[in-house]
Amino acid sequence: MDEQRQGPLSPCRVLDLTDEKGFLCGRILADLGADVIKIEPPAGDPCRNIGPFYHDIPDPEKSLYWFAYNANKRGITLNIESDDGRGLLSKLVEKAHFVIESFPPGYMDSLGLGYAQLSQMNPAIILTSITPFGQTGPYSRYNASDIVEMATCGLMYLCGDPDRPPVRITFPQAYLHGGADAAVQTLVAHYYRETSGCGQWVDLSIQQAAFMTTFNASWFWELNKINLKRAGAWRTGLTSGVLQRQIWPCKDGYINMPVYGGVLGARTNRLLAEWMDREGMSDDFLRGIDWDNFDMGQLTQEAWSKIEELMVRFFKSHTKEELYSEALRLNIMVYPVSTPKDIAENEQLDSREFWLQIDHPELGETITYPGPAVRASLTPMLVRKRAPHIGEHNEEVYGELGFSRDDLIVLKQSGVV
Amino acid sequence: MTSKEVFHDVKVVDFTWAGAGPITTKYLADYGATVVRIESRSRPGLLRTTPPYKDGIPGVDRAAYFGIYNPNKYGMTINMNHSQGMELVKRLIAWADVVAESFTVGVMEKWGLSYEEITKIKPDVIMIRTNMQGHTGPHCRLPGTGVNLVGISGYAHLCGWPDRLPSNPYGPYTDTIAPRFGAAMLIAALDYRRKTGKGQLIDVSQFEAGVNFIAPVMMDYFVNGRVANRRGNYSPRAAPHNAYRCKGQDTWCVIAVFTEEEWKAFCEAVGSPDWTKDERFSFFLGRKAHEPELDCFVEEWTLNRTAEEVMALMQAKGVAAGVVETSADLHRDPQLKHRNHFWVMDHRELGSFSYFGQAAVLSGTPAQPRMPSPCLGEHNEHVCREILEMSEAEFDELLVEGVFD
Repeated sequence: MDEQRQGPLSPCRVLDLTDEKGFLCGRILADLGADVIKIEPPAGDPCRNIGPFYHDIPDPEKSLYWFAYNANKRGITLNIESDDGRGLLSKLVEKAHFVIESFPPGYMDSLGLGYAQLSQMNPAIILTSITPFGQTGPYSRYNASDIVEMATCGLMYLCGDPDRPPVRITFPQAYLHGGADAAVQTLVAHYYRETSGCGQWVDLSIQQAAFMTTFNASWFWELNKINLKRAGAWRTGLTSGVLQRQIWPCKDGYINMPVYGGVLGARTNRLLAEWMDREGMSDDFLRGIDWDNFDMGQLTQEAWSKIEELMVRFFKSHTKEELYSEALRLNIMVYPVSTPKDIAENEQLDSREFWLQIDHPELGETITYPGPAVRASLTPMLVRKRAPHIGEHNEEVYGELGFSRDDLIVLKQSGVV
Repeated sequence: MTSKEVFHDVKVVDFTWAGAGPITTKYLADYGATVVRIESRSRPGLLRTTPPYKDGIPGVDRAAYFGIYNPNKYGMTINMNHSQGMELVKRLIAWADVVAESFTVGVMEKWGLSYEEITKIKPDVIMIRTNMQGHTGPHCRLPGTGVNLVGISGYAHLCGWPDRLPSNPYGPYTDTIAPRFGAAMLIAALDYRRKTGKGQLIDVSQFEAGVNFIAPVMMDYFVNGRVANRRGNYSPRAAPHNAYRCKGQDTWCVIAVFTEEEWKAFCEAVGSPDWTKDERFSFFLGRKAHEPELDCFVEEWTLNRTAEEVMALMQAKGVAAGVVETSADLHRDPQLKHRNHFWVMDHRELGSFSYFGQAAVLSGTPAQPRMPSPCLGEHNEHVCREILEMSEAEFDELLVEGVFD
């Protein structure tokens, strides 16, 4: 990797005051080349206590969650609730391009650090505020968490088995949607600033960002007055009344294969049916289907049950690996349900050199991270360094502001940093 | 257009289909870019032929799914197999700053529209390509949609109950992840181009984007050898932490109690009945150890109240809680209403229709609803005459030649 290459956001500086609600926003800006300074309270960000942990040792310097979404940032400590701390932050703001925060609405204002004050210090500053429901409105002061966002964005109602409560995705997702969307919105503001010279306030609602995961669901209500329901391993949101399976057990796990009708599914369906036939697992009914004119919308439950029974038997006779290998050879849409282990061993990711080895000298080893989510020929996302330790860059950053080591000792003793 | 439209000078030729591609270009369109979608009349895209439809009657201009990702964009139909159609496409590329596409690898190449070919038409073009597994590597040509991707990228495995089958988190879930990263890179690339005059190629793999949203799960595997599994609504950090049945049919409210302070507030919110004083529940580890029993007590309380009541009572005490909103609930959610989440515009076939806007309000340059999603081929003439400045005779000739069929 080219260490020298500068990203498209170099040399912009970002002051990142977020907690888990906004980590990913700063991480994306950092990967694009910005100098992101994570600002933590003097005792460290409480989100350092989010697991999983390196070697299962619960330690604020060993949180894999922290590592993942704060890599590439520098880190300083600062008590912004103290007068001295606010003074220091003001100095940083004067030289910064972005401030990102995820405090409850009104908190920054109460410290004299709201957008009005920040823009007086630096008219070109972009303040990005990431909150559960946005800065104003009836829910804006509500307390939230991942499950609350997933419930109120509409996705949870559509997830899980119909005979059990709705579920969220086990690994928390809402704040990642919020953080990533905030990065896009922040860049929109940046694009505007680069010609106008004007900063602005970006007010992001995580509920709205996560709403996108419900796709067309709410329009079933608007257009047809239908409330879609969760269907577990089956599909919902289709015109036909036929209950269609999407997740199929195989010998050693599961296969993910929604059966599409029409142009989209014809080739896959035909080649799968021929493959089943080659292995003696078809019958006259399946052989008789004209896949080019196969329409899931017109299918009867009886016809589908016949097809499903044959497919269940076929998939159960093979392993995930056998099925995916042959799907790749035939170029058909039969995909595995991958576990984290399967993803780690995936050949495509490996061949694209997706995984990154990030050096953690303090642990005496490198750790494997997912690589950039998007590639670009001239301005690629680059990961240069691991996430910061608590106050790791205090001397460096405050030094840049003109503070000496002695000043830092005074600030430390007074609880400012 | 006013200068308040951030991308008023950005022009996009958009060949994308389904979710991830159109969602990516929606970010530009909603902030003022001129986006021209290229579609096929003989092979209308998947979302034009997927329910729900206006009044339940199928029709390429009656499908909400296409509509919601394509407001603020122009729509053209071009027959790519027609020589004059291809000429027209090349004129559009010469006009554009950005070419976006989301086909399976090979489709653009077959048309002679690889990045290399496109740079011959427009040397400083930014081309963004988004697909399932990236544009290099042995599996890059495997077709699919985000509904397939939820399997291979781990989400089906991580959604549902440990004693049941994996389940699909409703739709093509990863179609919502890739566009965030893609759009961020695209805007950064536009800014870079404005400063340097250089275009570039952006390669988005929905698989790789998706894995970034489970990064700690993957690192837990690499570092600790742990293979995470789906766990219903379990959280290692909170109890109670679940969806609780409320008054009404299949009606639920989630409650999440993390800290001691929140537990005390929760007990007050439920009126401090005897079970809240049970010693086993007086400390976090005890609540975790007896979580199923605790959940039963909580649900006994929620069952007699509506989900809205539960949410309000909890939030009044500062406890995180939220209605598990149905599709109907989303349309009457007071917070979404306050934020103007839905942009209502009149569409020729869909009627008065709720688009969705952007998740953020930008104080100086907010995203704006400017026009409804295009009907199939609605702007053929507009784009040719107004944008490419063709004569009427030239346009009529293309029309007669079947270029738009």
